[in-house]
Amino acid sequence: MRGWQRKDGRKGIRNIIAVAYLVECAHHVSRQIAAGFPDRDVHVIGFPGCYPNSYAERMMIELCTHPNVGAVLLVSLGCESFNRRGLAQAIAESGRPVETLVIQQTGGTARTIAEGRQWLGETWPLLDAEEPVAMATDELIVGTICGGSDGTSGLTANPAMGRAFDLLIGEGSACIFEEAGELIGCESLMAERSARPELAAEILAVMDKTVRYYATLGYASISPGNAEGGLTTIEEKSMGAYAKSGASEIVGLLKPGDRPTTGGLYFLDVVPDGDVRFGFPNISDNAEIAELIACGAHLVLFSTGRGSVVGSAIAPVIKVCANPETYRHLADDMDVDSGRILEGRGDLDQVGREIRDLVVAVGDGAETRSEALGHREFILTYKSFEPIGPSCLPAA
Amino acid sequence: MADSDLPTDKRLLLLDATDNVLVACVALSPGTALTIDGEAVTLADSVGMAHKLARRDLAAGVAVIKYGAPIGSTTAAVPKGGHVHLDNMKSDYIATVNETTAAVYDGKAT
Repeated sequence: MRGWQRKDGRKGIRNIIAVAYLVECAHHVSRQIAAGFPDRDVHVIGFPGCYPNSYAERMMIELCTHPNVGAVLLVSLGCESFNRRGLAQAIAESGRPVETLVIQQTGGTARTIAEGRQWLGETWPLLDAEEPVAMATDELIVGTICGGSDGTSGLTANPAMGRAFDLLIGEGSACIFEEAGELIGCESLMAERSARPELAAEILAVMDKTVRYYATLGYASISPGNAEGGLTTIEEKSMGAYAKSGASEIVGLLKPGDRPTTGGLYFLDVVPDGDVRFGFPNISDNAEIAELIACGAHLVLFSTGRGSVVGSAIAPVIKVCANPETYRHLADDMDVDSGRILEGRGDLDQVGREIRDLVVAVGDGAETRSEALGHREFILTYKSFEPIGPSCLPAA
Repeated sequence: MADSDLPTDKRLLLLDATDNVLVACVALSPGTALTIDGEAVTLADSVGMAHKLARRDLAAGVAVIKYGAPIGSTTAAVPKGGHVHLDNMKSDYIATVNETTAAVYDGKAT
């Protein structure tokens, strides 16, 4: 694969410029700055809230210093509480070009857009001058998520992605699965697969927290579309979702922003700690995709039965379509037709190998369907987490 | 289970030998003739792709097993070949809410 070497030792599979708004009030200006470069990889990310939140600040630091990011433009209104100096400093220390524009100081919308575009115009040649280096699969971090699931997701796409995970882990990659809310019912299976008894206890505690959290909300993570597609209960959806994790040993437990310290399979806990304060842990799929990316994922495998079309800012998303009817209907949005297994045209091992090969091709620069169609969704909202416990990460 | 050796229609998928439901690989219409574990069954319900059918007569209140794992319990008896879904089964953890069973989320526990 082809990578971009970063100062912290990590390598990126893309070399994008991120334009980051630090409050919703700076979102339009950020979008307009990016709109000046329709043919370049300028991705808009940001945090909409005006009140401080340490989770969001950590997420923004991890995303702005993600290996796929080459430079960052921060856009502040000026009166929001986000610690823009701390973020700018973290980015500068990572060796990346960074600039902060404060709309109230720069002189309003039009002037800030013009200054932002000028900075991007000056920064592109610096990124274009960087020579890519060779990158191996043992330097790769891959995340997985399912969205728009139906009864086919757990039959074709998820187990095939699990096989791809097992192949990649065999080659030294770190792979991350998540969605504790969609693993309810699988807690004892996950505990049995844990590399260490202390880790098993941590995972069981996460699952206890998750059941309590969703019971308080009064909702399980299962939608009307899931039910229409044949999924009756959260446990059933969970068993299908769990197949994404493959058969490898679980070596570690992460929270958003924690990075894998070795190759192997990691479980990402996205359910906030403490009392229910800020609402749903996964208000939509892109919230979890952003969390996987904040853990260092270079790209994300996304399985869908009903037919999600999203991609993401910062990291490519590979769409694996579980349902053969959906594939025929939305083929232009899909990278892999795993639903063909249901029609006797291939098996899980074949599709798993195809997904693994596609991961390496995308790592080498091949465009995913969602990238080609311009999908760069991003969402970040309020959450709160305690740090992970001492037994969550493997000995490096 | 001995009956997993008996023939079952190719349009139905048995994910684990211990399962008491089968999964439809294609959408099936009422009146479709099926073989389940060697026995002829005429489908009473419309069953969508990837939906579940009872592999044998299920009493009310028993665990529904799919992927070899419990995925909830029956709330009513389901005859062999019957569609197993929201009308006759429920979660053992958190109720499934859909457009026919709930109002818009209002932040209160149900």
